[in-house]
Amino acid sequence: MALLSFERKYRVRGGTLIGGDLFDYWVGPFYVGFFGVTTALFASLGTALIFYGAALQQVWNPFLISINPPDVSYGLSMAPIQQGGLWQIVTLCALCSFVSWALREVEICRKLGIGYHVPAAFGFAIFAYFTLVVIRPVLLGAWGYGFPYGIFSHLDWVSTTGYEFGNFHYNPAHMIAISFFFATCFALALHGSLILSAANPGKGKEMKTPEDEDTFFRDFIGYSIGPLGIHRLGLFLALSAVFFSAVCIVISGPYWSQAWDQWWLPLWQLVDPGTGTPPPYAGPGM
Amino acid sequence: MARYHNFFTQVQVRAAADMGVSLPAGSYDRSLKPFFIHWLGKLGNAQIGPIYLGGLGMASLFCGFMAIEIIGLNMWASVGWDPLKFIFHLPWLALKPPGPQYGLQILVPLSDGGWWQIAGFFLTSSVLLWWARTYRRARALGLGTHVAWAFASAIWLFLVLGFIRPVMMGSWSESVPFGIFPHLDWTNNFSLLHGNLFYNPFHCLSIAFLYGSALLFAMHGATILAVSRYGGDRELDQIADRGTAAERAGLFWRWTMGFNASMESIHRWAWWFAVLTPLVGGIGILLTGTVVDQWREWAVLHHYAVPDQYIAPPLPD
Repeated sequence: MALLSFERKYRVRGGTLIGGDLFDYWVGPFYVGFFGVTTALFASLGTALIFYGAALQQVWNPFLISINPPDVSYGLSMAPIQQGGLWQIVTLCALCSFVSWALREVEICRKLGIGYHVPAAFGFAIFAYFTLVVIRPVLLGAWGYGFPYGIFSHLDWVSTTGYEFGNFHYNPAHMIAISFFFATCFALALHGSLILSAANPGKGKEMKTPEDEDTFFRDFIGYSIGPLGIHRLGLFLALSAVFFSAVCIVISGPYWSQAWDQWWLPLWQLVDPGTGTPPPYAGPGM
Repeated sequence: MARYHNFFTQVQVRAAADMGVSLPAGSYDRSLKPFFIHWLGKLGNAQIGPIYLGGLGMASLFCGFMAIEIIGLNMWASVGWDPLKFIFHLPWLALKPPGPQYGLQILVPLSDGGWWQIAGFFLTSSVLLWWARTYRRARALGLGTHVAWAFASAIWLFLVLGFIRPVMMGSWSESVPFGIFPHLDWTNNFSLLHGNLFYNPFHCLSIAFLYGSALLFAMHGATILAVSRYGGDRELDQIADRGTAAERAGLFWRWTMGFNASMESIHRWAWWFAVLTPLVGGIGILLTGTVVDQWREWAVLHHYAVPDQYIAPPLPD
């Protein structure tokens, strides 16, 4: 694959964490490095095992392939391959390849002389996944509490796990996480729009400047966070969304095992001691 | 090794407030004498104000105020005007839409959902006026209207939930109540009544774009901060005149995943991901109950679900 016009001068030796110059090369556009090799190994093994699982179950519809965790009766021990052992190995492969990928990003950052913000941010995503498939199952005492690896089976897991706590939307950390997700999407729309609107003012017109961006947002809402600040804000919002998502699931079970709407009872009883909360809003026809 | 990561502005330069580029003839004056907040300056600009209110802005704020007033007073009335209950029971309080017996009646008795209709009218007016303001403010400064069209996508979802779908279903009762817990109850009911919204393909897409938006903003925000030592935060400069910041930012992703956006195109990715979230979400809501009543049954019919779903194990005792 052809290099970008300016790419040659950046393809220099060095910056590796492990392996010295041994894996310090590119394959097409991809940088390899020691962690590129480990990423490739773990990712291919994990993917191959998912296909193996599909073959064992004779399921080839991509929407229906599902690699399920072991039954809770296996506790925290290793399960036989066809009874969830596959899920355990796939989980290990996934974690190893995610961490390898993050470390490979660190090597690329070092090579390019830029900050470590991207691998640090990716660390939040790895942490959220680790919370779902390791921390919470360990706290609950069985790998069976992990989620199945399948396009729609993992949604079934989300759905049925949620209903074990009544209406999961009452989980305060879930509320915060969703609010951060919506806020991230909102801020991303505003940021993308603002840059595009300044860079594309219309045919025949000259491109605008950051001063026009600031003026637009001050005219619009009285405040402009500025071209640097918006990236701090966006990163903060996105990472908070991920972090509180991890919190909302790890407290469900290990910390709170009733319906989440009951968590709010003390607030209700502040002014109405001894009474219960009102029934939920009944939709049409209920 | 101590390194500069640019999470906060360490030294703030304070000059006279930036009053902004000039407005076209015939505009109102800008309001609010600018002031500075030091702690805000740690994250971004410290300056608050000025703001352009104008006719559309004032009308929008008035309608928004009316909507919140009607919702708030109805909630307060529902606890017998007890101020403590209003504060501490607020998350449970609701202003509900009319019951199914009223169908699409235009003026329902006030206490049976009429107030909900009036609040909805004012809220919708406020949002539409704010949309016009978004468009006009961009045009007044000679900018493109990308913000307005992104906002229009969110308004689409809002109108589907509170107006278009109820009209198609023939009843205002299909709409969402005002209230913190009540709207969460509505969301929960909606999925249960229509056989698990997770099997609605447009819901799937909307969630994917929502998570994708978080992923993109984390990637983009982190990349720009990482190259800010080379001036990467000056994105418009980097778009017009590519510098080493844009080159390193691009090469980071090229070497990581074999593909990179440009300093301009990353904002097109951002715009589309963020815009498609409510756009496809609105399509998914509009199809629910109108075209498809039970999503899981529909999924089984179309071979993307098996009849017995995966059940998460019950919690340990």
